[in-house]
Amino acid sequence: MTPLKPVAPGARVALGVAFFVLFFAAWAAATFGGYVSATFLADPATMLREGWSLLAVHGFIKDILVTIWRVLGGFVLAAALGVPLGIAMGAYKPIEAFFEPFVSFARYLPASAFIPLLILWAGTGEAQKLLVIFVGSFFQVVLMVAVTVGNTRRDLVEAAYTLGVTDRGIVRRVLLPSSAPEMAEILRLVLGWAWTYVIVAELIGSSSGIGHMIMDSQALLNTGQIIFGIIVIGFIGLASDFLFKALNRRLFPWSLA
Amino acid sequence: MSAEPFIHLAGVRKVYRRGKTEHAAISDATFDVMAGELVSLVGPSGCGKSTLLKLLAGLHAHDGGEVRIGSGAHSFDPARDVGMVFQAPLLLKWRRILENVLLPAEILGLPMAAARERARALLALVGLSGSEDKYPYELSGGMQQRAAIARSLVHDPKLVLMDEPFGALDALTREKMNLELLRIWKEAGKTIIFVTHGISEAVFLGTRVVVFTAGPARMADNFQIDLPYPRTLDLKTHERFGEYTRRIYKLLGLE
Ligand SMILES: Nc1ncnc2c1ncn2[C@@H]1O[C@H](COP(=O)(O)OP(=O)(O)OP(=O)(O)O)[C@@H](O)[C@H]1O
Ligand SMILES: [Mg+2]
Repeated sequence: MTPLKPVAPGARVALGVAFFVLFFAAWAAATFGGYVSATFLADPATMLREGWSLLAVHGFIKDILVTIWRVLGGFVLAAALGVPLGIAMGAYKPIEAFFEPFVSFARYLPASAFIPLLILWAGTGEAQKLLVIFVGSFFQVVLMVAVTVGNTRRDLVEAAYTLGVTDRGIVRRVLLPSSAPEMAEILRLVLGWAWTYVIVAELIGSSSGIGHMIMDSQALLNTGQIIFGIIVIGFIGLASDFLFKALNRRLFPWSLA
Repeated sequence: MSAEPFIHLAGVRKVYRRGKTEHAAISDATFDVMAGELVSLVGPSGCGKSTLLKLLAGLHAHDGGEVRIGSGAHSFDPARDVGMVFQAPLLLKWRRILENVLLPAEILGLPMAAARERARALLALVGLSGSEDKYPYELSGGMQQRAAIARSLVHDPKLVLMDEPFGALDALTREKMNLELLRIWKEAGKTIIFVTHGISEAVFLGTRVVVFTAGPARMADNFQIDLPYPRTLDLKTHERFGEYTRRIYKLLGLE
């Protein structure tokens, strides 16, 4: 194999699918072959059956929608506040000097450790779920956006100055457009993390959502339902990632080369 | 010449600082440029040529000496009277070529219909007709550099600073661009400072050549090129052309 040499599109899809097939085959072999007890790991057929009953009988669709709503809510909140602050920090060094030490510190506080505190403050309602996602995403967004904006090529900024661009114009005409594709990439990444936080938030003190269903199924030792829930999360993540990538390609055709 | 110079540099010094260490990029630059001159600036790599252009463009402050641009007869507004071509094209990659060239006009609030026409004409002049709607990544390095040249001229600046603008071009295109540059300069009556590594290019273009020696830039020479305009390529066989180039080679220690 030659390093960095691209594969043909068809071969790429085939290889990607092949891994899923192998994975399922190994899982099926381990469970149907009786190597793993059904108490610990359901076989694929049971998983699908349980999944179907979840959807058809137990209204799992509603849980899925609730979870998606929470993820999007927390994520949009974190992005709406985090992106502007990150831009301000990246562009203006005094603002960065003011916020950066605290944000760097806050970034390492695990969102899950805040759950008990947030339950005290905000109860177990929707506000608490959104806050968990917000705490987990906001500081990451701020720091990564600040770094991206701050890394804009100096000589590009200088070139813009010689074209008559003013200080404020530099932010609008150079810093923002040149870092826009990377900012979109950062948001895509953080949206992925938001999915982890929401499930953690729903595992504790929640009466709805995918995480809550998983918790209930554990009490019933229903590993088929648990695995189905996890797979649903994976597929939603895959779909949102795909949409995000497609959107970025459309918005920033110039950033590919 | 007794008239007031357009650019007056006296004992200009520039130091780059990083922490406590200082690095002198220019130690003493002293020369005048009259309005309408085309001054070639030559010197070895790293001697401070780009730095001097950035001082003139107002991008960096100087640390000593005097920099004065503009005279009684020729006013100068640093916000609209400078056009600069950098060593790298530095196009905004999210704008199409025409939009890149139009940027200075857009910022200065010039009438857009006229500017658009001018931008197209300039792109044609640098051989980029048909590339107006492409993104920079779709152009070769030399094509991008030519677009940057068009961009530096679109707002009709009085002073044009060019930092090795033809460095990325093949020899033939380069000769062609040299002739075009002379034509634009003659027609528009601009003052041009032209940094180059090409010694014969410096002599071929310039009304005057300023020679810097290895950094920190110290002026080694500053002399008039006494060759007639319009200059054509057979000028390079002129006896005095050879004398001038030899003079520069000697200053740079190549003889
Ligand atoms: N932004 C900067 N910060 C610190 N030092 C710099 C900076 N820019 C240039 N220098 C230093 O100043 C000196 C002059 O650099 P400059 O770019 O002006 O050289 P130059 O004559 O244009 O060289 P070249 O012909 O290779 O383009 C070099 O020693 C360089 O290392
Ligand atoms: Mg240089």
